[in-house]
Amino acid sequence: MTNGLNLDYTLFIPEYLLVGLVILVVGLDLFVPQMRKSWLSFIAAAGLALVAGVSLAWIDKESNFARIVAIDNYTTYFRVFFMATGAVVCLASGKLVEDKFRHPGEYYALIILSTVGAIGMAASRELTTAYLSLELLSFSLYILVSFEKFDARSNEAGIKYLLLGAFASAMFLYGMSLIYGVTGTTYYSDIADSLGAGTSDYSFAMLMGLVLMITGLGFKVAAVPFHMWTPDAYEGAPVAITAYLSTTSKAAGFALLLRLFGGAFQVVHDDWSWMIAGIAAATMILGNLVALQQHNMKRLMAYSSIGQVGYMLMGIAGLSHDTASALVLHMTGYMVSNMAIFVVIIAWYNLTGTEEIEDFRGMRDRAPLLAGVLAGALFSLAGLPLFAGFVTKFILFQAVTDAGYFWLAAIAIVTSVISLYYYLAVMKQAFVIKPAEGEGELRVPLLMNGLAAALMLGVFYVGLYPQQLFEAIDNATSFIFV
Amino acid sequence: MHSGYWLVASVFLPLIAAAVIVFIPDDRKDIVRWLSAIVGAGLFIISVYVFFAYEVGRAAGSAGQFCGPEYQFCIRYDWIEKVGFLGPHGISLAFGIDGIAAPMVLLTGIVAFGGALISWKIEEHNKDFFVLFWVLVSGVYGTFVALDLFMFFFFYEVAVLPMYLLIAVWGSSSVFETFSRTKEYSAMKLTIMLVAASILIFLGIFAVFKEAGAGTFDLRTLYGVQFDPTFQKMVFPLMVIGCGVLAGLWPFHTWSPDGHVSAPTAVSMLHAGVLMKLGAFGIIRLGIQLLPEGATFWMPGLMILATCNVVYGAFAATAQRDWKYMIGYSSVSHMGLVLMGLATMSVIGVNGAVLQMFAHGVMTATFFAMVGSVYDQTHTRDMRLYSGLVNRMPLFVFFMGVAGLASLGLPGLAGFIAELNIFIGAFRTYPWAGALGIFAAMMTAVYILRMMSMAFFGPVDDRWSELKEMTYLERGTAVLLLGSMLFMGLYPAPFIDRIQESVRLLPGVS
Repeated sequence: MTNGLNLDYTLFIPEYLLVGLVILVVGLDLFVPQMRKSWLSFIAAAGLALVAGVSLAWIDKESNFARIVAIDNYTTYFRVFFMATGAVVCLASGKLVEDKFRHPGEYYALIILSTVGAIGMAASRELTTAYLSLELLSFSLYILVSFEKFDARSNEAGIKYLLLGAFASAMFLYGMSLIYGVTGTTYYSDIADSLGAGTSDYSFAMLMGLVLMITGLGFKVAAVPFHMWTPDAYEGAPVAITAYLSTTSKAAGFALLLRLFGGAFQVVHDDWSWMIAGIAAATMILGNLVALQQHNMKRLMAYSSIGQVGYMLMGIAGLSHDTASALVLHMTGYMVSNMAIFVVIIAWYNLTGTEEIEDFRGMRDRAPLLAGVLAGALFSLAGLPLFAGFVTKFILFQAVTDAGYFWLAAIAIVTSVISLYYYLAVMKQAFVIKPAEGEGELRVPLLMNGLAAALMLGVFYVGLYPQQLFEAIDNATSFIFV
Repeated sequence: MHSGYWLVASVFLPLIAAAVIVFIPDDRKDIVRWLSAIVGAGLFIISVYVFFAYEVGRAAGSAGQFCGPEYQFCIRYDWIEKVGFLGPHGISLAFGIDGIAAPMVLLTGIVAFGGALISWKIEEHNKDFFVLFWVLVSGVYGTFVALDLFMFFFFYEVAVLPMYLLIAVWGSSSVFETFSRTKEYSAMKLTIMLVAASILIFLGIFAVFKEAGAGTFDLRTLYGVQFDPTFQKMVFPLMVIGCGVLAGLWPFHTWSPDGHVSAPTAVSMLHAGVLMKLGAFGIIRLGIQLLPEGATFWMPGLMILATCNVVYGAFAATAQRDWKYMIGYSSVSHMGLVLMGLATMSVIGVNGAVLQMFAHGVMTATFFAMVGSVYDQTHTRDMRLYSGLVNRMPLFVFFMGVAGLASLGLPGLAGFIAELNIFIGAFRTYPWAGALGIFAAMMTAVYILRMMSMAFFGPVDDRWSELKEMTYLERGTAVLLLGSMLFMGLYPAPFIDRIQESVRLLPGVS
């Protein structure tokens, strides 16, 4: 203890372990070249799962490191969340990486490293720490997106993502500095105190700060009108990284947004909620409408994920404990469903080398299990019952209505019906259209089938019995308003 | 006192069947068929038991279980509660039936069993078909027995969910000279229209939950809330149009003929026979019961639309040459009668509406089952091409004819008693609507008799010399459906007793 600050370094044991895992994976790749490369994906996934288990030790032990990083149930929830996502991505990448990349160690290392960044974003209670974590995540992702070194699309995606990402970071940083100028502090709780004491003297500067921060974070989570990079980056990135972008990267953005706006800016809720509400409405509408005319599965998922971001932003607009838990619940359901779809896309891509929606034809006959999972997960994203999407959307929209944003909920429902149209178009290819001549049944690796089935079970779990999950989330989100 | 486990079984048996069928290998088609037939029979038995074990005369008695005297077979499991904005019993799996739901449960049992038998001959991926089919059945049961607003809507959507694939994969396209409707088109149209309609229900539910502020979706609690009259008037149209689309409410009925024509036989049966009733049932549960003052205010409007339904449907049916389109439009017309009965807000009218829901369910299912048996052999539904069917398929003509007569309201068959009640109710409240309704009933006679003269009688066309009589399974299904039609026509007392008692308890119905 120095200056009354808690400098308990043991709080970061899970992160140390993750960094250790990074070194291990790179080291194995470098020094044990005769090892089969596919092992690396298992090692990385197993390591992530193990560390996720370790991080459970911090359940219900509220603590913080020098007030800049909070280790509470919220952090624990997201530690597990991000490591689980990372593990799934590592497992799903195995074949892809083996076929395409010369340095698999770096690939897995970057995924793990970005997980550390994502966790930092959820845990930070101080602006510069949040920013550093954000950059850790972003830089790892810049490299991962352009990992397919000799592929022009991948390079283009990387450059675009890098340029716009850097631009967004700068905005965020500028916004931070304005907020610092206004409040004289970068700690969330001190900002809240300072703003709570009155904002009349510097309302414009504060507003500008908020606008810039929202813009910066809007880029990161791909909200309209800051979404332009998304479809290109999604399309160009290696498909497993697309999956990663659409889950961890977004979830981390929201974890940060929740903690930041709940902890620091909730007192001036009226000053920013209208901005977020407007962005949410535009995001839902544009994402879902543009998705209607996509032919490439990755681009479709990009726009569909933009639409989903719109739903989640509603939770920020009417921010309260209820909407925060509803948002995280929806995000969890979305993560599982989205991952399930991406596992199917990856498996299909590995076997057929294509990712056009048209080429999904006959999936029912060629890979029955994948087709089933695809249908279930798409229904889930569209918000139909038995699957995760219905309950999570229902609860989220109801919470948003209760928070006084009935009109946003109305837009959300209308757009989610629109989304059903393009999801059904994918299902039509998979189930209605017969495979072409000579396209027989495919041998899907056990790993991919197992992964898809496991994620499908998760979709059913969230959709059919979410009580415990919802309670855990409700408990976790109670910590962000401190 | 009856156990709610019967209702739980009716909802979850089909769901479990679906889950089991998923794991049956693709090529063991017979196992799937037998399993489905057994599940269908089981559901039929459960439904019959539930219907007859429902005790008449209890509704006036004292409160027994949590759900009060109006509902029987009650059971409740808490699903999500005491978390977030949800209070105690926030969302619960609450089941129970009243005298209105009881005949609907029976209807579902009959049609689902019939549908499972009729689908015996499906060859292509019959496993997938039955998985989706049982999910659909489960959704229907769940909606009829749910006493929780969330669960009501949950199962309502479950029933819509499998429709796209059911129609797009196993359906048939209509190509008729210059007129063409692909099955994918119809499937998409049906799905999108129904889901779009549920937007309104969604919004209605959000508004009701927020306004009530009770932290629970329990319907019984919400029925006890006195909503502000202005609020009721604003939300009632959401609920009624939302549910009305599924009931085939004019002018939102257009999905129904297209969808029913393209759907495979069993799905048409279930969809026209049972699913459309969900819509009307929703108007009772979410409209009249939840927002009585809104209902009183808006019912004249519904009456106008319902009259359009009845008349428009009848005229459109008269103009059809496609067999299934004719039945589809006649469904629109008959569902209009149901809505007309509800709109009278009088005991006799609503009685008639519920009776008509049952009667129409059975007869339209018969129609679709019969037409399916011919279509599977000839692959055309153009009525003009058929002639003298009575010489080739006398049994078919008999069943189809009886269903047709029930449809035009012949006494002694199911339709008569229902339509009588509706027309009396309508004449008492809106004489003009009653008059137009009677006129449309005459039109029904026109198109039914036209169909008979066109297809059944006359010289035998050579091209149908190969036509075979219905299979035994189809005959069994027809006997089952026809039996219920006769039962209700000749001995309507069990139905009327149950329905009337609960209808009298509906708020605002006098």
